[in-house]
Amino acid sequence: MLDLVWLIPAFPLFGFAVLVLFGRKLGDPAAGWLATLMVGGSFAAAIAVFVGLLGLDGEERFAVRTLFEWIPVGNFSVDVGVLIDPLSMTMVLFVTGIATLIHLYAIGYMAGDEKFSKFFIYLNLFVFSMLMLVLGDNLLLTFLGWEGVGACSYLLISFWFGDEANASAGKKAFVTNRIGDFGFMIAAFLTFATIGSIRYVDVLAKAPTMAAVTATAVTLLLLVGACGKSAQLPLYVWLPDAMAGPTPVSALIHAATMVTAGVYLLTRMNPVIAAAYDWAPTTIAWVGGITALFAATIAVAQNDIKKVLAYSTVSQLGYLFLAVGLGGYVPAIFHMITHAFFKALLFLAAGSVIHGMHHEQDMRRFGGLARLLPITAGTFIIGWLAIAGVPPFSGFWSKDEILAYAWQENKALWVIGLLTALLTAFYMSRQVFLTFFGRYRFGDPSVEELNAAWDTRIAVAEGAGIDAAAAIATAETALDEAVAAVGVAEEAVTAARADADAAAAAAAAVDEASVEAARSAVASAEDKDAKKAAEKALKELEKPAKDAEKALSAVAKAEGAVEAVRARVADAEAVVVEARRAAEAAAAAADDVRHAAESGRPRSTAVPLLEAPDASGVEDFLPHEVAHRRAYHPHESPWTMTLPLVLLSGGAIVAGGLNLPFAKSLHILEHWLEPALFGHETYLELSGTAKIALAAVAVAVGLVGIGSAAAVYLRGRGDRAAIEQPILADAWRVDRSFAWFMGGPGRRSFDLAARFDRTVVDGAVNGVATLVRTASSGLRVAQTGYVRTYALGIALGTVALLVLFLSRAAF
Amino acid sequence: MSMFLAAAETASTPFPHLLTLLVLVPAVGSAVVALISKQRPDVCRQAAFLFSATAGALAVYLLWNFDVADGGFQFVESTTWVRDFGIGWRLGVDGISLFLVVLSGLLFPFVILAITPEHDPKPYYAWLLLLQAGSLGVFVALDLFAFFVFFEIVLVPMYFLIGSWGHGNRTYAAMKFFLFTMFGSALMLVGILALVATAADAIGAGATFDIRELAQADLATNTARLIFCAFALAFAVKVPIFPLHTWLPDAHTEAPTAGSVILAGIMLKLGTYGFVRFGLYLFPEASRWAAPVFLTLGVVGILYGAVVATMQRDLKRLVAYSSVAHLGFIVLGTFAMNSQGVTGGIMQMVNHGLSTGALFLLVGMIYERRHTREIAELNGLQRSAPIMAAVFTVVMLSSIGLPGLNGFVGEFLILNGTFIANRWYAVIAAVGVILAALYLLWAYQRVFHGTPRSVENESFADLRLREGLAVGALLVPIVVLGVYPKPMIERIEPSVAVLLEHIEARTGVAPAEGPTAERSTVEELFGAGHGDDASHGANAGKVDK
Repeated sequence: MLDLVWLIPAFPLFGFAVLVLFGRKLGDPAAGWLATLMVGGSFAAAIAVFVGLLGLDGEERFAVRTLFEWIPVGNFSVDVGVLIDPLSMTMVLFVTGIATLIHLYAIGYMAGDEKFSKFFIYLNLFVFSMLMLVLGDNLLLTFLGWEGVGACSYLLISFWFGDEANASAGKKAFVTNRIGDFGFMIAAFLTFATIGSIRYVDVLAKAPTMAAVTATAVTLLLLVGACGKSAQLPLYVWLPDAMAGPTPVSALIHAATMVTAGVYLLTRMNPVIAAAYDWAPTTIAWVGGITALFAATIAVAQNDIKKVLAYSTVSQLGYLFLAVGLGGYVPAIFHMITHAFFKALLFLAAGSVIHGMHHEQDMRRFGGLARLLPITAGTFIIGWLAIAGVPPFSGFWSKDEILAYAWQENKALWVIGLLTALLTAFYMSRQVFLTFFGRYRFGDPSVEELNAAWDTRIAVAEGAGIDAAAAIATAETALDEAVAAVGVAEEAVTAARADADAAAAAAAAVDEASVEAARSAVASAEDKDAKKAAEKALKELEKPAKDAEKALSAVAKAEGAVEAVRARVADAEAVVVEARRAAEAAAAAADDVRHAAESGRPRSTAVPLLEAPDASGVEDFLPHEVAHRRAYHPHESPWTMTLPLVLLSGGAIVAGGLNLPFAKSLHILEHWLEPALFGHETYLELSGTAKIALAAVAVAVGLVGIGSAAAVYLRGRGDRAAIEQPILADAWRVDRSFAWFMGGPGRRSFDLAARFDRTVVDGAVNGVATLVRTASSGLRVAQTGYVRTYALGIALGTVALLVLFLSRAAF
Repeated sequence: MSMFLAAAETASTPFPHLLTLLVLVPAVGSAVVALISKQRPDVCRQAAFLFSATAGALAVYLLWNFDVADGGFQFVESTTWVRDFGIGWRLGVDGISLFLVVLSGLLFPFVILAITPEHDPKPYYAWLLLLQAGSLGVFVALDLFAFFVFFEIVLVPMYFLIGSWGHGNRTYAAMKFFLFTMFGSALMLVGILALVATAADAIGAGATFDIRELAQADLATNTARLIFCAFALAFAVKVPIFPLHTWLPDAHTEAPTAGSVILAGIMLKLGTYGFVRFGLYLFPEASRWAAPVFLTLGVVGILYGAVVATMQRDLKRLVAYSSVAHLGFIVLGTFAMNSQGVTGGIMQMVNHGLSTGALFLLVGMIYERRHTREIAELNGLQRSAPIMAAVFTVVMLSSIGLPGLNGFVGEFLILNGTFIANRWYAVIAAVGVILAALYLLWAYQRVFHGTPRSVENESFADLRLREGLAVGALLVPIVVLGVYPKPMIERIEPSVAVLLEHIEARTGVAPAEGPTAERSTVEELFGAGHGDDASHGANAGKVDK
């Protein structure tokens, strides 16, 4: 059965090869199914080997199978071979098992992605590398897997490389990990230089003969490597950024498997740690304890659903280091397994939320999703109870055991562990309440959107004021025109009066007597001609009087016109007044809107959780996105995604059964791992009552965490802002400081070196050249100065020499 | 001695004059191409390929018939050339030179197939073939005179390749390359003559240029050290070792793609090979004496090359500076003077040729499409050229030294060997491994990641079939040598062992090889006394240490 072990890495390697060649042709979803099948096959093979191992007893459960010699030079030799023992098989089983589920999940999650098949190429390569890491029978093969998973992690974090941020996150992960790998490499060198071999069988056998100082150095160097891969202080910075990768990657690589590699390595090398000075493992424990608490404080203030889980992962990995450092390898592996279940579950469920919520990751926009995504919510809640340490879920058993170790070995670390547990329960409850309970907030306008709406409304009101001002201008123009028209009309009256006066004077000049004489002359005229002439004369005499009458009526008319124009002026004046009044009203309205905005704008940047943000007054001015979100209906994920959730939640519930504290016979994991720990495991020697008391304290702390989160995030008690401190949200400014250093002094010093190369090193060369050129300018006449002539000369000279010597050669 | 040589000759010569043929085929080819009419570029190319590929085939034949177990010189030919001066046509290969011969044999036909010159194909191919002949000659020469002739011959074609087919600042670069190397060679010539003259007195049997005899000569310590310095300076320029490296970025950047590939693949190895073959072998005591200097310069080169590479704005210059760092590793391994270090160094000569050669090939393809090498001008290429991006990634990871690819094996052996010999050098050099990831990934991110910000980058063409085959041909050994390096190690190591034995015999100092462990069995593992303190917890009972 043990020989089937080769199938375990062979399946995903085969899947990788097939997908490289035919992945594109297979496409979506066939490529995903093939990859899933391969990892599933690997899991099946792992079970077969596991069953085979169960059939053997004790020390026989430690076997090496060699495929070929990898690097044999002189006295140095490593093989491509596997080490089958309870530790490696434990890792293999949970890695392949969880990887199968996550592959299945990814078929649904990545559906429709244009690089679907490429995703599964990387995923299969990752699983292969991870299996080489845990199965390798020597430090170097583990290192191959170690760097291999790092490279896959890099490729998958920057999978959506179009976004610079994702590309940077991938690079950051690789380079930070390389800093850790530096420690791993030196540890391997030192191990070889001391023992003469880096095969685990040799190293573990000879570890007790190692000088304590050497063993301490190796331990600390391995710790550096482990801090890189398992994201511990100060090399944890890459993991939160790694969330840029697709969520299945976060679940598989950055929560369940790869990040546990550091703990695996330290556990694997436990005899070396045992040979070191006492303070070396204590250092491991403190690194873990401080990281656990540190990351937990940051997780409290994160709003991105994946960032919370990322810092939570860093924190939980800290627990594992804490346990390893205290000699509690079994609880470390125990918590590693339960954590793999519930954290993979939490990540996948978070992915399902993101998938169902249109790629939104801000928890403040969720709320009340329990109703809308019932399976996702149900499974997430199981994961939450597990990580919060609520019995009988798996996390309770494993975390409780670590805390019990801490109590027994180091009370200060126990306090740190307990504080971390409190914070864990708090931030995870916060996450659950924000996401699944309370009010559905997806349709809420955000602070920015509300402000934008107020801006729009103010702009509209101010626009009305501007219109009114324009109306005033128009009216005033009309008034001016009317006033001008009055002037014109009055001038016309004056002119008409002058005409009338002249006409009246002319009329007055004609005396009545001559008119009478003319009339009588008309009456007395006998013949027609005389009458005509008389009538003509009369008419002429009467004409001035008639003209005067006409002029008078013209005056009356002109005066009427003046009246009419005056009326127009009055009208225009009325319009102007009206326009002024309207403008005043508009200005007042704008003022009102501004006033309303002052009180109506969101007062703080904190997103209201319990009641809807006040959008009254700006409902009609909200950006379109809000309407889109309001019209959006969250949907539960397809079965390929929910099935893994359900299966993992099963694991998150029952995995605690692996190592129940009640009776010796129930310490299944402890018995199973025994051969790989060579008696270096520290055992709990606490009384039953002490254990129960410690468990009660742990549960109480967990419940306090949950209760206070409920008070703050469900009931609205207490000040949320006091908890979500900006410095915590900013991760204690660590990343910012690193970025500042890399972009500032770091970059400047690199630049300095480059400039040194250009100016000083190369400058010296060019300087010598210039010197020679100047000095030899006198000789220049005799020389052509062309190097190609010299080159040709050398070529010809060589040929000439060859000919000469060949002719003299004695063949 | 001569009896032994004669016996060796007959025993290991399945193909008479194989090495002479290996050198002559491309040399004759060069002359033939020079005679073909300028109007027939295709014929020139075909002839060039035929001759270089024939040399390649001979090199493969050599590899095939190489006796794995024999650490001495094989296929030895020895003919008196100038009897009065003890100059001979002495050729031979051992594990140290074998893979460099094979690389020289195969890289040239590959380059001829993969890259066509922009103009004047006839002289281009003629120079290339002469370069191949010279390179092969350097690696098979067992006679100092012949070695020097070949060492100088390669200079000429490379000068013309850079000067005539290069880019913008080619004249300056070519002149710099030429003058730098000539400066070193002049010293070496003095060194050779001094060595032959003083050795003639020491041996007392007349002058000889045969390195196997010169290696046995007992020179006064100071004389040997002085002559070693003359040799070392020439090789240090050729490698190049910091601070003599400034010709390299210029030559690499301005050279045509073929020139860069061959410069990285073969020419730089003339220096590192020289250190192993002529430095360590002829001057064991002086090498040991000077080792701290070269270990220091190697470490400086690793860090300095990486730091300066990080800040380069020109992609080709960046790769050139990465060569400075990689060659620092080779120098480090060589002067660790133990089997892991030297074997790793020799492997790394080949590995660097493959991965850096491939990088130059890819950068050349990018230049051909975009007519720029400015990193700032290139962005988001992965979107339009995913296959090229994938190939670039694999080559980059090989250059970074990812386990499972070729670069790692050599790098690990060098560092492990150096750690045993002198641990702090290895610790500091290992920082270079971090920096390698930094500069290459950063460059990759800027060139391939993100979204294309110009039309040229958006419509960037992916690898064509011919280009894909060319780079693919380099990917095969990159992967194979990473997964299964044993066949290569098996052939290199016996010769390294012979060399180290020679050094030990001459200096009386054994190489620092570290402890040898008997393989433990699983039973021993459980009987190893772990259980003693089992019940007292992990850390009990350690206080007494």
